[in-house]
Amino acid sequence: MSDPRSRLGVPRWILLPALLGAGFVLLPLVAIVARTPWGRFGELLTSQASQDALWLSLRTATASTLLCLVLGVPMALVLARSSYRLLGVVRSLVLLPLVLPPVVGGIALLYTFGRRGLLGQTMEVLGIQVAFSTAAVVLAQTFVALPFLVVSLEGALRTAGERYEAVAATLGARPTTVLRRVTLPLVLPGLVSGTVLAFARALGEFGATITFAGSLQGRTRTLPLEIYLRRETDAEGAVALSLVLVVVAVLVIGVAGQRRSAL
Amino acid sequence: MRRTAAALVAVTALLLTGCSGAADDPGDVLTVYAASSLTAPFTELGGQFEAEHPGVTVRFSFAGSSDLVAQLQEGAPADVFASADQATMDKLTADDLAASAPVPFATNTLEIVVPADNPAGIRSLADLESTEVRLVVCAPEVPCGAAAQRLAERAGVTLTPVSEEQKVTDVLAKVSSGEADAGLVYVTDVRAAGDAVRGIEVPEAGSVVNVYPIAPVTTAVDPSLAQEFVDLVVSDAGQRVLSRAGFGPPDATSGDSG
Repeated sequence: MSDPRSRLGVPRWILLPALLGAGFVLLPLVAIVARTPWGRFGELLTSQASQDALWLSLRTATASTLLCLVLGVPMALVLARSSYRLLGVVRSLVLLPLVLPPVVGGIALLYTFGRRGLLGQTMEVLGIQVAFSTAAVVLAQTFVALPFLVVSLEGALRTAGERYEAVAATLGARPTTVLRRVTLPLVLPGLVSGTVLAFARALGEFGATITFAGSLQGRTRTLPLEIYLRRETDAEGAVALSLVLVVVAVLVIGVAGQRRSAL
Repeated sequence: MRRTAAALVAVTALLLTGCSGAADDPGDVLTVYAASSLTAPFTELGGQFEAEHPGVTVRFSFAGSSDLVAQLQEGAPADVFASADQATMDKLTADDLAASAPVPFATNTLEIVVPADNPAGIRSLADLESTEVRLVVCAPEVPCGAAAQRLAERAGVTLTPVSEEQKVTDVLAKVSSGEADAGLVYVTDVRAAGDAVRGIEVPEAGSVVNVYPIAPVTTAVDPSLAQEFVDLVVSDAGQRVLSRAGFGPPDATSGDSG
């Protein structure tokens, strides 16, 4: 328990495992770049299957991120601002998809929205068929991405505290006005990073999608599913598409980082 | 803090060595890479092989044939490889990874699979053409999907599946859960799936026969042991086990199974 702090503010020996960890994350990315078939890169990316998959991935990830915002912001507000006793249990259950293997999520969704599922039969009567549709992909992505948004926003809300909200309320602002003019602007950075995390998680969703939505070009075969299928016949093509997903992820995180620091 | 970190490292090291310690006994372990559809009969044959070779443990890796070949090409350590089709085995021989010429040991044909209550009332391949029927098949990139495509061509039907799955088991799961009305899978898969599904024989299936080849791999730790496993699979005893699982004999030209 000695305290030989370096100028970094952390014990120097921490650097070794930290560097090892960074290498462990970065080296596989280098490996993907090294194995990318640059000669065929353009042709691989412009193939109809790749474009369908990329376009579908972007569309569904955007839709599920919007759904996450609509459902997740109120959830985070309730979790952070109310003092109901059983809320701790509710929070743990609602955040379960965070730690659940996605394939388990897919099975759970199947038995909920599937044809013979809890809600599926009612929906079938109403003429709504979810299974094997793009909507199923969005549901699967929302299911796994929602906790990411809720967790980061709830953390931001707790950090921001209720001081300004209380002041606004004593000055006569109605709860909705306080939420719109005080709370949300205060936690905007947390909201942005939560949204970005949710989008990235939705973009990478694989297990729940393949279990619940199936795999059909242009309808349910998102980029991760296309990569997995491409590996069957064309390992190089799979690597090229993987790189696309890496680049998109880097772009998303980069854009979010800039927007956060600008605030 | 330092003590905690040291303890963490020690525990991690222990876990890792614990995992590989059991696996790295050279010579006494025979590793067989086999197509998923072979799971039941090969597990049984593995038991027989261990009984005949005291001290030898047979380990299996069951997965899609193409996945397995990709792993072998990346240097995965295996002694024997059994593929669900010739095209996938050709990838192994093309990379000089087969220790001897692959031997055909079984055949498999396609069948329509429906949920046990057959909600869409499917009776033939032609019934699958209706867009009302939610049909699930394998993707053309994998052997069962390629076979389904050939079958549709031979039979002159146009299939419009709602999903093209990557594995036979995914097709089966979607049919047995009632999510899909029908699927195209191998006869052996229907048999292995039990009561949740029903198989419907397809007369045209006899023209699309998948031949399963097996070969020892060049990286085999003990080549003679690998060859002995191949011999067991093609022997009368091996053929009896395979036939019970629904596989046809390797020289079958008609689709009759069992």
